[in-house]
Amino acid sequence: MDVRLTPDQQALRDAAAQLAGRLGPRTVRELDDETRAAELGAALSASGWRELRVADDDGTPLASGVEAAIVAEQLGRGLADAPFIGPTLAAELRRLALAPPAGVDETVMLAPRLAALASGPEGAVAIDARGAGSALLVLPTGDGYALAAAELPVDQVDVRTDLTRPTAVPSGTVTRLPGPLRTLTGDDLATWTALGLALACADLVGTMQGAVQLACDYAVARRQYGAAIGSFQAVQHLLADAFVSMEGSRSVALHAAWAVDALPADDALAAASVAKAYCARAGRTVCETAIQVHGGIGNTWECLAHVFLRRALLSSDTLGGTGDSLARVLHHHRIGR
Amino acid sequence: MDFGDSPAEAEFRARLRAWLRDNTPALPASSTDDEYWAGQAQWHRSLYDAGFFGLSWPVDIGGQALPSVYDVIVDAELAAAGAPPRPSLGYLVEGIVEHANEDVRQRFLPGIVNGRDRWCQGFSEPEAGSDLASLRTRADRDGSDYVIHGHKVWTSYSDDADWCLVLARTDHEVPKHKGISAFAVPMGQPGVEQRPLRMINGITKEFGEVLFDGARVPAANMIGGPGEGWALAMTVVSHEREPGELGYVARYTKLVEALAGRVRGDPSRFGAEQVRDLGWAIVESEMLRLHVIRRLSDRLDGMSHGPEGSVDKLLMTSVEQAVGHAAVSIGGAGHGGGDDTWLKVYLYSRAQSVMGGTSQIQRNLVARRILGLPA
Repeated sequence: MDVRLTPDQQALRDAAAQLAGRLGPRTVRELDDETRAAELGAALSASGWRELRVADDDGTPLASGVEAAIVAEQLGRGLADAPFIGPTLAAELRRLALAPPAGVDETVMLAPRLAALASGPEGAVAIDARGAGSALLVLPTGDGYALAAAELPVDQVDVRTDLTRPTAVPSGTVTRLPGPLRTLTGDDLATWTALGLALACADLVGTMQGAVQLACDYAVARRQYGAAIGSFQAVQHLLADAFVSMEGSRSVALHAAWAVDALPADDALAAASVAKAYCARAGRTVCETAIQVHGGIGNTWECLAHVFLRRALLSSDTLGGTGDSLARVLHHHRIGR
Repeated sequence: MDFGDSPAEAEFRARLRAWLRDNTPALPASSTDDEYWAGQAQWHRSLYDAGFFGLSWPVDIGGQALPSVYDVIVDAELAAAGAPPRPSLGYLVEGIVEHANEDVRQRFLPGIVNGRDRWCQGFSEPEAGSDLASLRTRADRDGSDYVIHGHKVWTSYSDDADWCLVLARTDHEVPKHKGISAFAVPMGQPGVEQRPLRMINGITKEFGEVLFDGARVPAANMIGGPGEGWALAMTVVSHEREPGELGYVARYTKLVEALAGRVRGDPSRFGAEQVRDLGWAIVESEMLRLHVIRRLSDRLDGMSHGPEGSVDKLLMTSVEQAVGHAAVSIGGAGHGGGDDTWLKVYLYSRAQSVMGGTSQIQRNLVARRILGLPA
């Protein structure tokens, strides 16, 4: 038992932090800077991090869930407006189905309300859709699930929730991927869902860290009554609670990421559900705290606090929020559905 | 990066599991019962004698110098076997290890670790709670002894203790933090009066107050030098805030499993709100289990203890109180002639946000020492 990051994992974390710090949006205005966003996207493509879950020669992923989560966390922290979770989950579906890598930028489609992988086109929503030409989903086949894809309208993305990671509704018809492919089992989908939840949790941890830092910086700079507002206990306790929630979240998220490849599918999904319930609840509260500490400024579009909150809301909904996750946890304890 | 057991850890786990099959004492499920505290000393000795307590401490005081993560295995297996948690006294050991001279170390630590000597901690006073440094208990030099006068309160295990780690003022001329010294004071002497305090859940065996009226302690029982008591106290309380040190994960896991068993046994009796409370208690206690693994892994670097103990204390408190809420929600409050065991568990949980430093104090520490917010 030793859950410290290895030196390689620490180096990966530092590289991802550096990339997101250099090319991510540092102000709300910078979100509109298409040149910067394109550079971030290109740098992320060049990094190879979107291929961490592509199959190696023996079918196992090139890297574990821990490495993928390390990258997701740093991208969340830096509000990176370039796709990562979507393409990573698409690669995982292709790996599990023994399908060749995609020819175009690809993401995945989730069911309405985003609580599961889409198992048909009805009401399905593609996440992380910036620049994606198509999105993967599954179709029930009687003895399992077949991998399918739908085209996405590249110029019609929706950023009403998360300003950094647009969603999209498929435009074309759904077609099964040409075979022969492996039929996906329930266990495959459990593993895949566990990975998706672990990455959403990692993104939430990063988002929380970014929001806490933003609020602490403001609490030191902003003066009222002749003193920094961060010197008042009322403000200090809000921020301390936010930091503590983030630390608890970090522990469950790390375990979820490890569990993806280390535990049987059911246990990995249970670990991911524990993490998601905790991180989704914490993520919203922490980002709300960041807005509260910013006072009136925090309620204006120009303050980054709402960008963190919006990103947290989408991550929370991705593959199920607190309610869905608690239900999965209880089910694993043989309670409820 | 591995949450799983190494071969050596797996072997240790198997050995502990086999031992627990024959040696789990029939103590009540939790510390919310006087009978539990009455059996605690025996449990400590039997756990130690079998080689499952004091694992990470130095060999010369009776430890095994194993990595702290072995305690994670102990907590998990104790919970799974339905056994009581390991004794919570690591903070005393760590404080004495760090501050005592060789003589004090060898005279006192082996007995604390092996459970032959029972200890309590005489820190808080009626007028010195959060503001501990304002304590008034005094120790005055008289020949080769010190003579102690004062009043300690909220003293856990005082009724059972052979020794009390007393903080007392030895210098009244210096600023309040600098005039405090620490002593190992024998409890069984004239001049020491122990009175039980009844906690809000009715138990009388855990909590007490101790009055010192001319109690004597040899100067050689001073732990650290004169005026170094505050530094020792800070080491002790920082460890007292760490769930890895306290072994509470086992208690929470066991309580949650018992509550889950009630719901599984008769699901139709429980509404959505109660089941939801159980769900959060499962999630919270699992969080703490994983968080302790993360913290104890960090210690493999030989990391020293700083303000992150306050983070852990706040997390532990949220777990204890989530479990407490699930207990009263699912177990019931005991009215109408029902069982009040779960009510007692709930009421006991309220102490967690006070003992070892209130949650308000922990938040101050996190804000100032970790987040760097101005004073």
